[in-house]
Amino acid sequence: MIVRAFAVGQIRWDVVGQFLTARVIVIGFGWTLLISACALALGIALGFAFGIMRTATNPTLRFAAWLYVWVFRGTPVLLQLLIWFNIGLVFPRLYIPGLVDERMVDVVTPFVAAVLGLGVNEGSYLTEVVRGGIASVDRGQIEAAHTLGMTPGQTMRRIVLPQTLRLILPVLGNSAVGMLKFSSLAATIAMGEMLNAAQRIYFINGAVIELLFVCAIWYLAGTTMLSIGQYYLEQHFGRDATTAGYRKQWFKMSSWRAMASGEA
Amino acid sequence: MSLAVRAVGVRKSFGDHEVLKGLDLEVAYGEVLCILGPSGSGKSTFLRCINHLEIPNAGYVWVDGSIMGYDLRAGVLHELPVRRLRGQQSQLGMVFQHFNLFAHRTVLGNVIEGPMVVRGLRRAEAEKRAMELLDQVGMAGRASSYPSQLSGGQKQRVAIARALAMEPRVMLFDEPTSALDPELVGEVLEVMRNLAKGGTTMIVVTHEIGFAREVADRVLVMIDGEIRETGKPEQVLSNPDDPRVRTFLSRVLS
Ligand SMILES: Nc1ncnc2c1ncn2[C@@H]1O[C@H](COP(=O)(O)OP(=O)(O)OP(=O)(O)O)[C@@H](O)[C@H]1O
Ligand SMILES: [Mg+2]
Repeated sequence: MIVRAFAVGQIRWDVVGQFLTARVIVIGFGWTLLISACALALGIALGFAFGIMRTATNPTLRFAAWLYVWVFRGTPVLLQLLIWFNIGLVFPRLYIPGLVDERMVDVVTPFVAAVLGLGVNEGSYLTEVVRGGIASVDRGQIEAAHTLGMTPGQTMRRIVLPQTLRLILPVLGNSAVGMLKFSSLAATIAMGEMLNAAQRIYFINGAVIELLFVCAIWYLAGTTMLSIGQYYLEQHFGRDATTAGYRKQWFKMSSWRAMASGEA
Repeated sequence: MSLAVRAVGVRKSFGDHEVLKGLDLEVAYGEVLCILGPSGSGKSTFLRCINHLEIPNAGYVWVDGSIMGYDLRAGVLHELPVRRLRGQQSQLGMVFQHFNLFAHRTVLGNVIEGPMVVRGLRRAEAEKRAMELLDQVGMAGRASSYPSQLSGGQKQRVAIARALAMEPRVMLFDEPTSALDPELVGEVLEVMRNLAKGGTTMIVVTHEIGFAREVADRVLVMIDGEIRETGKPEQVLSNPDDPRVRTFLSRVLS
């Protein structure tokens, strides 16, 4: 049947149209969105947590964050997904005294594995982004905060992180778009998101290309919406006339670095 | 104790480069002290040691009678935890050469930040006080602007208001006009002149000899990490004893 679909060599747009709003596909897309949103939230949280640790004075914290980045940025995300999915083979039971005592396969469902795999991987990438953002916040402002009597924690929360967030907003936008696409990898661990649902349909009816096109249309719709959202978010944060200044500063810094290394 | 600031034997090295070679200083309440000296002589480092942005390698600094960075209990000095050090630091208002305004906060937001976060004032109260200070430095009309929309002179006046908002015992200025276009220097010096008239205790690192001559109660000249000359402005500026100070002054005055 698969052979037949290719042999016809043409896309049957009526089939595409028919499956575009099919219940399983729409539900699958819902899962796609849910996985992406949860994984992105996890990734951002981990990125900020480890990114802050990367700039800590405590060497143990710095090392822990470095290790996290080293492991999770240095291995393929697909591999990580498979490992999370099969983690029950290594740790059959999840036991946290007083909290959880369950079989690992019941805790790490395909959904949980997908969110962990994608989120932890994204977090390792965002850790470096956050670290760079923190490093590019003007030292002078931090000193000014200290002379006002603000503690390191207050300075981080009120002066450094808000400026870091604005600085890395474009990167976060790209992360969101990337995450939506990477969530399709979850199809390989039997997570019933959109691509997985489409595969299960075309294994039966042989309309391979048609169903893949259905997915493409949905993904395009999703990424387009995200890009529009990103545009408005950046407009909103640009209103206070600081973001433009940062970009310039960031740009100046990177071109300066390029010059410096070019001369060396 | 009637001294606002007292420093004894302050030394600071970066690597094996000794920048401050054991400095002593006494500043009384209400006094205006101007610190002059060639570039690289350690003036900024000295100010930063006074408010413990840099920790001196040796020596102590007293501000308003308490030792910066330490707690004296039963005759033994204990290092202060960061939170309490910050409390001491807020007794010293600092104005930087490059303003260092919080870029993501409005002018008003910059001025209320310290009072609200550190002193726990309610917003309404902090804003009321901040508007008075902004009025004092002639910036009340720009309260809702962001730093990137201001000129250098305007930024520096906001920075002064921000430091004053913590009601510090002493104001420290590190070359507050050095980064400004010449036509903007006057407006900042004017604000500082008014502060001095109002009795604010000030330590000012500056290259503005005219300002030092007119406003300072006392002038101090630093060269190579040492205090080479200190005294009344007219005496130090017109008739210094130390030959290196004479060379330095003849260069800046010409
Ligand atoms: N953080 C630092 N690390 C290493 N060296 C430093 C540091 N800060 C200052 N120095 C060195 O200490 C010396 C004194 O610097 P400082 O900034 O105190 O001089 P200054 O008198 O304020 O000069 P200027 O008039 O140029 O501001 C200089 O040689 C400088 O290179
Ligand atoms: Mg200096």
